[in-house]
Amino acid sequence: MELIQQLVNGISLGSIYALIALGYTMVYGIVRLINFAHGDVFMVGSFVGFYAVTMLGVGFFPALLLAMASCAVLGMIIERIAYKPLRNAARIAVLITAIGVSLLIEYVTIYLRGAQPEAYPSTLLPDRNLELFGVVISSQSLFILGTSLVLMVLLQFIVHRTKIGKAMRAVSHDAEAARLMGINVDNTISATFAIGSALAGAAGVIFGIYYTKIEPLMGILPGLKAFVAAVLGGIGIIPGAMVGGLLLGVIESLVSGLGYSLWRDGVAFVILILILIFRPAGLFGKNVREKV
Amino acid sequence: MKKKRAAGVFFSLMLTAGLLAGCGGNQQGGSSSGGNGGGGGGGDVIKIGANLELSGGVASYGQSIAEGLDLALEEINKEGINGKKLELVKVDNKSEAAEATNGAIKLISQDKVVAIIGSATSTNTLAQVQVANDNKVPLITPTGTNPTITNKDGKVNEFVFRTCFIDPFQGTVAAKFALNDLKVKNAAVLIDSSSDYSKGLAASFKEAFTQGGGKIVAEEAYVAKDTDFRATLTRIKSANPEFLFLPGYYEEVGLIVKQARELGLNVPIMGGDGWDSPKLVEIAGKDALNNTYITNHYSSGDPDPKIQEFVKAFKAKYNKAPDAFNALGYDTAYFLADAIKRAGSADPVKIKDALAQTKDLQLVSGTLTLNENHDPVKSAAILEYKDGQQQFKTKVNP
Repeated sequence: MELIQQLVNGISLGSIYALIALGYTMVYGIVRLINFAHGDVFMVGSFVGFYAVTMLGVGFFPALLLAMASCAVLGMIIERIAYKPLRNAARIAVLITAIGVSLLIEYVTIYLRGAQPEAYPSTLLPDRNLELFGVVISSQSLFILGTSLVLMVLLQFIVHRTKIGKAMRAVSHDAEAARLMGINVDNTISATFAIGSALAGAAGVIFGIYYTKIEPLMGILPGLKAFVAAVLGGIGIIPGAMVGGLLLGVIESLVSGLGYSLWRDGVAFVILILILIFRPAGLFGKNVREKV
Repeated sequence: MKKKRAAGVFFSLMLTAGLLAGCGGNQQGGSSSGGNGGGGGGGDVIKIGANLELSGGVASYGQSIAEGLDLALEEINKEGINGKKLELVKVDNKSEAAEATNGAIKLISQDKVVAIIGSATSTNTLAQVQVANDNKVPLITPTGTNPTITNKDGKVNEFVFRTCFIDPFQGTVAAKFALNDLKVKNAAVLIDSSSDYSKGLAASFKEAFTQGGGKIVAEEAYVAKDTDFRATLTRIKSANPEFLFLPGYYEEVGLIVKQARELGLNVPIMGGDGWDSPKLVEIAGKDALNNTYITNHYSSGDPDPKIQEFVKAFKAKYNKAPDAFNALGYDTAYFLADAIKRAGSADPVKIKDALAQTKDLQLVSGTLTLNENHDPVKSAAILEYKDGQQQFKTKVNP
């Protein structure tokens, strides 16, 4: 029974990682940039949702949409100001800039509202516990898993079945050639950041509801874990992020369940190292990498 | 990548703090020969410093202490001490140890205070101990309960004092309460392994609990800033404890209590004064907090007239009931004022001597007498959470 409960715990934790990893992996898949500020956009989304609920008094869905919209705008602004001027620079320069943006968002948030935590109102979503043979499953964790799956399918659809998705894949394949074909590369990249950041915003609101406590540095660790999840599944591959997230959540729960709770984060990063050494393309990666 | 960068930032901060600490010490060493009394003692005011967590992770502790201090100083300054008034200089240490060290240096070298009050947590207070000893300025922590603050490896820190009881006492009281009042035979312990405070309470709880005939069936740990404790709690639940001892700070404790109740771990949960924050109720939720207990320095529900008088004055100024941090902040101001009065001067060394001799001082959080380790000997209150409200359960004497 304990083992099954640990699996359930792991899947609910993994759904959160998956939710954040989707945006990570999508941006990487299109522009080949590991957007380290993703975890902080997630944090901003969480706070936008919180203030929407507590100050404007709106319900769950308006708050979610508001958070997604603000994060989409924030994502586009970050891309225009910080990444676009570096589009032809070495990749390491962009990576370092991403870290700078991440710190900037964290500390501007602290400057604006202080570092004290906030608690999400508990009445936003119904929270019932289902008990099956002694295993407790919270309705919220099912909801999170469902949301992640829906968003994953939606993202797959956008990337593979829509016009903008086609443009994204073309830009990802060869930006110069895409430009010659009449695709507006700048707008396409902006759209990529908007969608990826909106996903982070949604994850932020859902995280807030599930874990109650939010604070300005909350994006760092989940952001890193989501990065591990994305690499585990094969960075750039959308279903890979989902599977990587769930797998990482389950592994972490099992490690804690065996009594090594202090090793949990360590194990997550050991996985990252092992994957990078032995299977850099990730679990879903192929030799000829499929472009998203 | 990011981990590395965080570590880099951390180490460079530590390095800077270390350098600054060195500078501060030298500066003061130079100036003390030129006469120390010219600073805080001069004029009609005596400057005292407060180095508190006014922002950051445990901001609610520091803000509460500051409220208590402000109220006490208002009362003290009505009469004045030996014809002088006390002036409080506050610095915010952002709930970080390196900032606490910097704050202490600033208070001593720039503001020339005669004594420092702070900080709220043990870790941040420990970060100032060296500075206080080196510069010969008394440091009084209102709520830092770790024993090593005043006494390290059997050696008393000459210039460091506290207004609260120490960790072993809280752990022992909790163990006795669990065994005698709740009548449990086995317990689980969940520790914040990144906190000296949490480890200190847990160690004394385990000792007293096993000595009293109880059994520790599970012992698990987490680190501050974790958010998901379900896996660890599932493991604890499968050990079937009758009681969970959870010494930690409110941010994580709130989440742990919430998640424990979700998983059906409905046993009594008990912690220390680190739980005492209004945020705890917001994070955990009222229902989850039922059947939880804390040891604390004082309770506003205590019928003692001295306490009720303070509660009335506090309510008149802030329009809310004072918590233990408010009370200890208030008491610390009186503790220091009493010593300055007896010292008859604003010389930090004389104040230090007077502080060490404090005996039978009537304070809100009990009658304070310092032992040879500069630790107060006084009573603890046990509170129970009912529908999100703290209720006074009983008082335990040392």
